[in-house]
Amino acid sequence: MIEVNNIHKSFGDSEILKGISTKFEKGKTNLVIGQSGSGKTVFLKTLLGLFTPDQGSIIYDGTDYSDLTPDEKSDLRSKMGMVFQGSALFDSMTIAENVKFPLRMFTKQSKSEMNDRVDLVLKRVNLDDAHNKLPSEASGGMQKRVAIARAIVNQPRYLFCDEPNSGLDPRTATVIDNLIQEITHEYDITTIINTHDMNSVMEIGEKIIFLKDGLKEWEGSNKNIFKTDNEAVTDFVYSSDLFKRVQKMYLDEDQ
Amino acid sequence: MSYLHNIGQYFLMIKEMFRKPTKWSVMRHLIFKDIDDLIINSLGIVAFIAFFVGGVVTIQTALNMTSPLIPKTLVGFATRQSVILEFAPTFISIIMAGKVGSFITSSIGTMRVTEQIDALEVMGINAINYLVFPKFVALMLYPFLISIAMFLGILGGLAASVIGGFVSLDDYIAGIQMDFIPFHMTYAFIKTFVFAFLLATIPSYYGYYMKGGALEVGKASTTSFVWTSVAIILLNYILTQMMLS
Repeated sequence: MIEVNNIHKSFGDSEILKGISTKFEKGKTNLVIGQSGSGKTVFLKTLLGLFTPDQGSIIYDGTDYSDLTPDEKSDLRSKMGMVFQGSALFDSMTIAENVKFPLRMFTKQSKSEMNDRVDLVLKRVNLDDAHNKLPSEASGGMQKRVAIARAIVNQPRYLFCDEPNSGLDPRTATVIDNLIQEITHEYDITTIINTHDMNSVMEIGEKIIFLKDGLKEWEGSNKNIFKTDNEAVTDFVYSSDLFKRVQKMYLDEDQ
Repeated sequence: MSYLHNIGQYFLMIKEMFRKPTKWSVMRHLIFKDIDDLIINSLGIVAFIAFFVGGVVTIQTALNMTSPLIPKTLVGFATRQSVILEFAPTFISIIMAGKVGSFITSSIGTMRVTEQIDALEVMGINAINYLVFPKFVALMLYPFLISIAMFLGILGGLAASVIGGFVSLDDYIAGIQMDFIPFHMTYAFIKTFVFAFLLATIPSYYGYYMKGGALEVGKASTTSFVWTSVAIILLNYILTQMMLS
C-alpha cells in the first residue's frame, strides 16, 4: 500500500501539487485521472521518487520515503516497476535483453534462471516468439507489452504506469488494460496508472482519484464515477459524445 | 550565472560518476561496447587524417625552407616535432570532439528524450555511472589512437617527401631522429589523457542534462562540440605553459 499525505510540489513560482492525500491499495488497479496540466505526471514522478515533494510524506508499506538514505531509496526503487508513456525500451538491446535487464542488475541468478524467467514473463504478456527482435522492429502494442514484462520481471511490489494506452488503437488499449489488471491481481501488487482514457476508467478503475489544478477533486471507483454530481468530474467524463450517450443510457435505465 | 551553474553541475556529474558503481558483469560489457564505438570505430578516420596531414606538414616545411644554408634534415625534424607535440594530441582531439563527442551527446541525449534515462533512475540505477563511466574507461585507451596518429603522421611526411622529391629518404630519417627529447612524448601523452577525460565527460554532460526533443538533441551535439573544443584548446595552452616553458 502507498499512503500519500498532503504532498506539495512547486517548480519556481508555479505550484503544481497543492496538498494531495490519498491511499493506494495493494492488489487493486488505482487510476489517477485528470485533464492535461492537472499535475498527474508530476504526482506520479513524485511517487516514484524522481521529484522530491516540498512538503508532505509518501509512505510505502509503512516506510516513509523521506527517512531513507540514498542507498535505501535505490533499494526501494528496485522494487518498483514502471511502464513509461513511450515504453522507454533500451533501443540497443533486443526484447529479451530489455526484459532481462533488471535481473542482470539486481539479482544473482544464473544465466539459465534468468532466461527461464524472461521466457515465463514474455509468455505472460503473449510475446513468446519476439525474444530476438529489437524494439524498433516491434509495434506500439508489442513495445507496451515488453515494457510491462520488464516492469514485472523482478517481481516488484509497486507498478506505475504513465498513460499506458497512449497511441494505441482501442482494441490493443483494452488488451493492455486487462493485462495490467490481471497482473496486479495475480502478483498482488500496488498498481498506479496515470491516464485520461475513459475506456481504461470503465475497464479497470477499481479505485480512481481525479486531479484538478494540483488538488484531489474526487475519489471513488468506476462503479460510481458516472453517478457523481461533482461538476469537474462530470465535465471531464462527459466531454466526449460517446460518454454523453452512455450518460443518457444510464438516465434512461434509471427512469 | 548559467555558465557557473553548468560548470558546477559538470563537476557534480563527475563526482556522481564514481558513486554507486554498476554491477561489474554489466559494466564489463558496456566498456567493451564503448571501446568498439569510440576507439576502434575511429581508427580509420584518424589514420587517414594523420597520414595526409603529416604529408602536408612536410611539404609546407620543405617549400618554406628555401635557404641553401638550412640543412634538409630539418624537414624531418620539423615534421616530427609538429606531429608529436601538437598535431597528434591536439588536432586529432578536436576532430574527435566532432566525431566521438557528437556520438556521445546524441546517444545519451536520445536516451533522455525517450525516457530511457528515467527508466534507469526509476530502477534505482546510478544512470551517470552506467552511461558515463564506461565511456571514461574506454577513452583511457585514447593514447593508443594518438600513438597510431603520431606514427602515421611521420610516415605520411616520409611518403610526401620521397614521392614529391622534396627531401631524400636518408635526410628525412636523419631528421626525425635528430635532437629527440623523450620528455616531449611524456608531455604529449599527459595532454592526451587530459583530452580523453574531456572527450568522455563534456559530451556526456550535454547529452545527460539536455531538455526537449529531437531538435534539442542536435543543438546539444553542436554545443558539446563547441565547448569540448574550447576546453581542449584552453587546457592545451595551460599544459604547454606549465610543462614546456
